[in-house]
Amino acid sequence: MALLELASISKHFGAIQAVNDVSLSLEAGEVTGLMGDNGAGKSTLVKMIAGNFRPSHGAMRLEGTELVMHRPVDARRHGIEIVHQDLALCDNLTAAANVFLGRELRVGVGPFRILDYASMYKRAGQIFAELKSETRPRDLVKQMSGGQRQAVAIARTMLSKAKIVLMDEPTAAISVRQVAEVLNLIRHLRDQGLAVVLISHRMPDVFSVADRVIVMRRGRKVADKKIADSSPEEVTGLITGAIERA
Amino acid sequence: MATNDSSTAAAAGPQSGLRAMRFSVRLESLLVLAVLVVALSILSPYFLSVSNFLNILLATAVIGILGFGATFVIAAAGIDLSLGSVLALSGVLGALSVNALDLPWPVAIVTCLAVGAFCGLINGLLNAKAGIPAFIVTLGMLGVARGLGLVFTNGQPVYGMPDPIVFLGQGRPFGVPMPVFVFIAVAIVAHFVLAYTRFGKYAQVIGDNETAARAMGIRVDRHRIALYMVSGTLAGVAGLLFLARVNAGDPTAGLNYELTAITAAILGGTNLFGGRASVLGTLIGALVMGVLQNGLNLLAVSSFYQQMAIGAVLVLAVWLDQVNRARGQR
Repeated sequence: MALLELASISKHFGAIQAVNDVSLSLEAGEVTGLMGDNGAGKSTLVKMIAGNFRPSHGAMRLEGTELVMHRPVDARRHGIEIVHQDLALCDNLTAAANVFLGRELRVGVGPFRILDYASMYKRAGQIFAELKSETRPRDLVKQMSGGQRQAVAIARTMLSKAKIVLMDEPTAAISVRQVAEVLNLIRHLRDQGLAVVLISHRMPDVFSVADRVIVMRRGRKVADKKIADSSPEEVTGLITGAIERA
Repeated sequence: MATNDSSTAAAAGPQSGLRAMRFSVRLESLLVLAVLVVALSILSPYFLSVSNFLNILLATAVIGILGFGATFVIAAAGIDLSLGSVLALSGVLGALSVNALDLPWPVAIVTCLAVGAFCGLINGLLNAKAGIPAFIVTLGMLGVARGLGLVFTNGQPVYGMPDPIVFLGQGRPFGVPMPVFVFIAVAIVAHFVLAYTRFGKYAQVIGDNETAARAMGIRVDRHRIALYMVSGTLAGVAGLLFLARVNAGDPTAGLNYELTAITAAILGGTNLFGGRASVLGTLIGALVMGVLQNGLNLLAVSSFYQQMAIGAVLVLAVWLDQVNRARGQR
């Protein structure tokens, strides 16, 4: 049984058909590259999985049960985490505070509960160690490199028992060395048995880390195949429309 | 490298006791305070005395409490220009509740706080729900609350408070003015809430990166409304102290106090554009303002010049902050 299954999902905004009749499934321990030109519907598709949008038509099933989400928080509760393109980090907060943003640990009774900084630093430190990242829990995010920032955003997904991690352009706008770091983080998540969806424009990244590639064009899924059975040339053709379908 | 932002310095270095208490204060503000105290001690023979220090604390109490309100709102990248007017309106209605309606004295306290909270609620709703910029909303409230206070009293102060209220303003247990006790209590609670609770943390998160706050499931609008209610309520507390101290509900009370309160907050290291805020910093900032005014009084400088001084300090404080950040980003 697939971990997550989308059955004939569509989303339209007024007259604009952003996603048109897309079916796909995600497997645990698999990295899926999601590619397509700007406006192909990648972001809309991911935002439906992340609970930002509700599909106009079609159904989503998580481990066989129907999934209905109203807010992004619902997705989180189901173990679906998203790493935003802008990372959604606060510059003036520490790495640990950012990891726990919205899910702070607290101690106390009833309404009198205070933030448990010590435990948050400790847990964040464990997660960074697990990710083999050099990020220190007490460092302020504004002093960090792009790769470290990615590590903070990814560390968030490891707080809870996430099953699916959606990553929106994690390797855009960072240096070559940092790209390698981020790709390693993605492999780490996969090895933990998570399903990772990697939205990217960067062909080399997808071909180095993904097990499968899905190509979108004008709201439709035009390809869904194993990386081993495809090639960058074919995917480029599919994205541009030079190849109709594969 | 700008390490004078103590949170930055502490993050890099070993953990100190102060860091553990989350007392992040901008060192410049302490320096300015020290320089002022030394200078005034030399310039005026009356400055360096216990009674004068108590005077300063008494004068700083109202400004400081308003400053804490400003701190919470500014933490979330908002602004509250209505603090002084809300102070006056809540004082006036508090006075009328016991004076004209002849209700028991605790009603005055409740009225002051409730009026403040209500003004804050209106500010918050108009800002968060109607989407009107905080600057405009609270500027409007500045006019409306001030005008309402004048309407209710016909422009005349409402004299004569019950004894317990007068004690709150003029009593001196152990020789220390009551408002100073209130000031310290509010400071402790405010520091605790801002540094140790999710409520305070989220204020700074919203000010730092609103998109992130929303993405992480924080109810930004609701939080913002609550923050304006906090600053309104604190303006109500300040209004109560003012009312108690002068034994009258004065519709012209607290004129331009928002200017001083916001200056105190910025001077204390709270970032005008949100994301970084410190109650303790505001306390120091308020003391700087209090010492400055006290010193200018002792030196018999005209109050006209004092206005100029406050305005100049505000601009200077923001400029210092900009310079600091420009250095920090290099």
